[in-house]
Amino acid sequence: MDKVIVAKDLSLSYSNDETIINQVDFSVNSGSFVFITGASGSGKSTLLKSIFGALKPKGGSLIVGGVELKGVASSKLNFLRRHIGIVFQDYKLIKEWTIEKNIMLPLIINGYDKGVAHNQVDKLLKHVRLKHQSGKYPLELSGGEQQRVAMARALAHNPILILADEPTGNLDDYSSQLIWNLLEGANEQLKTTVIVVTHHIPQALNVDYKHFHIEYGSINEVS
Amino acid sequence: MKSVKNHLSLVIALLSILFAMQIFVIVDRSIDAYKENLSINYSVIVVSQKKLDSKTLQGINNIIAKVSELSPDSVIKRLNTGMNSKNVELLKLSLPKFYKLSLAHYPSPKEVKNLTSDLLKNKSITKVEDFSFNHDTTYKLLVLFKSVVMVFAVVVFVVTILLIFKELRIWQYKHSERMSIMGLFGAAVWLRSAVLFRLAIVDALIASVLAFGAFTYISTSSWVLQQFQNIGINIVIFDSVNDFLTLLGVAISLSILLATLIVMGHKEEV
Repeated sequence: MDKVIVAKDLSLSYSNDETIINQVDFSVNSGSFVFITGASGSGKSTLLKSIFGALKPKGGSLIVGGVELKGVASSKLNFLRRHIGIVFQDYKLIKEWTIEKNIMLPLIINGYDKGVAHNQVDKLLKHVRLKHQSGKYPLELSGGEQQRVAMARALAHNPILILADEPTGNLDDYSSQLIWNLLEGANEQLKTTVIVVTHHIPQALNVDYKHFHIEYGSINEVS
Repeated sequence: MKSVKNHLSLVIALLSILFAMQIFVIVDRSIDAYKENLSINYSVIVVSQKKLDSKTLQGINNIIAKVSELSPDSVIKRLNTGMNSKNVELLKLSLPKFYKLSLAHYPSPKEVKNLTSDLLKNKSITKVEDFSFNHDTTYKLLVLFKSVVMVFAVVVFVVTILLIFKELRIWQYKHSERMSIMGLFGAAVWLRSAVLFRLAIVDALIASVLAFGAFTYISTSSWVLQQFQNIGINIVIFDSVNDFLTLLGVAISLSILLATLIVMGHKEEV
């Protein structure tokens, strides 16, 4: 099976003083569903940041989608990011854009034809049950609705990899369930690799998943 | 309303720079036109023992544009108190020759000094009257006026640039979130900053069009034209093609520089 992520001897830190992830090895197979758990401050989000290139490895090697992220050039990093969908706990939607345009963002960046992009956004808006809100701005929506917009944006360009950082952290049960259903759907139907950083793995999950736990700078697979 | 507010601060800053620049251009043109007027009226008088031809005099210094010999008749007329015509002719022959030198342009005090010394090198020339005191005063007044306007324009420019830099920080704050989010999805730098550049260029266009309107009005205002007529000069206050293109070029360059600084100063926030 192809590997989407391969980390060898990977070390991560924000400064030279403190190493957050220390010489770890792990890999993620293409089409798998992965949970990364750990206590607050253990380095879960730091690891996720390194996977989409917002934090460069301090040591070792990290290959994502065939791209070595240590010392990666910005053009190559942009190319990689065009094939990744990201969901954050705080949604990271562009406030001055309508939700329709927010979902369209990856399609604009990937140079999709306008008509194709509109059809795709339309389909996704129905999928996340927000068709009736398409002309609204993010701040006019509830937290759960904003996260659904962020999910639709992450799915819009059929990425090879979806990264989600505490995607249900601020949401009620109903919205959380919708988000999990969308992530499951992407993994099962589109065979997209999904990596979720979370404190708690939901009980009612219908996919096989891999679980990594981070503690004291090392990553262990939980069976 | 919010959109107007977004544009207003940069448009006003750019407009003040364009105004300072065009006013300096108008003053510069006025001074040049005034100097040209002065050069028509200004001349140097040369007294020579021998008759000199125009070529010889013009060869002394290339600032000399025209030479005309002054007739001694008026002097003789004043001296003629019952002299017979023979004596008058004798007097005419013994009088030195007077020449009026018209210059190619209004000279600087240094040019006047050089011209005087060049003329005096000719052994036949005994005296040169350059009216240097009057000339110096007028010239220095013009230079002072131009310098004052230039200092004023530079001060306006510097203050406005400082205002623009303050605006830059606000823009940086306003646009950094959007640019970071676009970066997360792999947008190239040009795409991330496209909105910023579009906004900057639109503001430059608005400021240039406003300046065009204002200076077109000023250049056709009868009051302004009357003031120029009063000092006897006729200049192009605002050339609607060349001046407008210059103002547009300056406004667009400045706003693009501003947008580039924002893009360069942008740090990815995740």
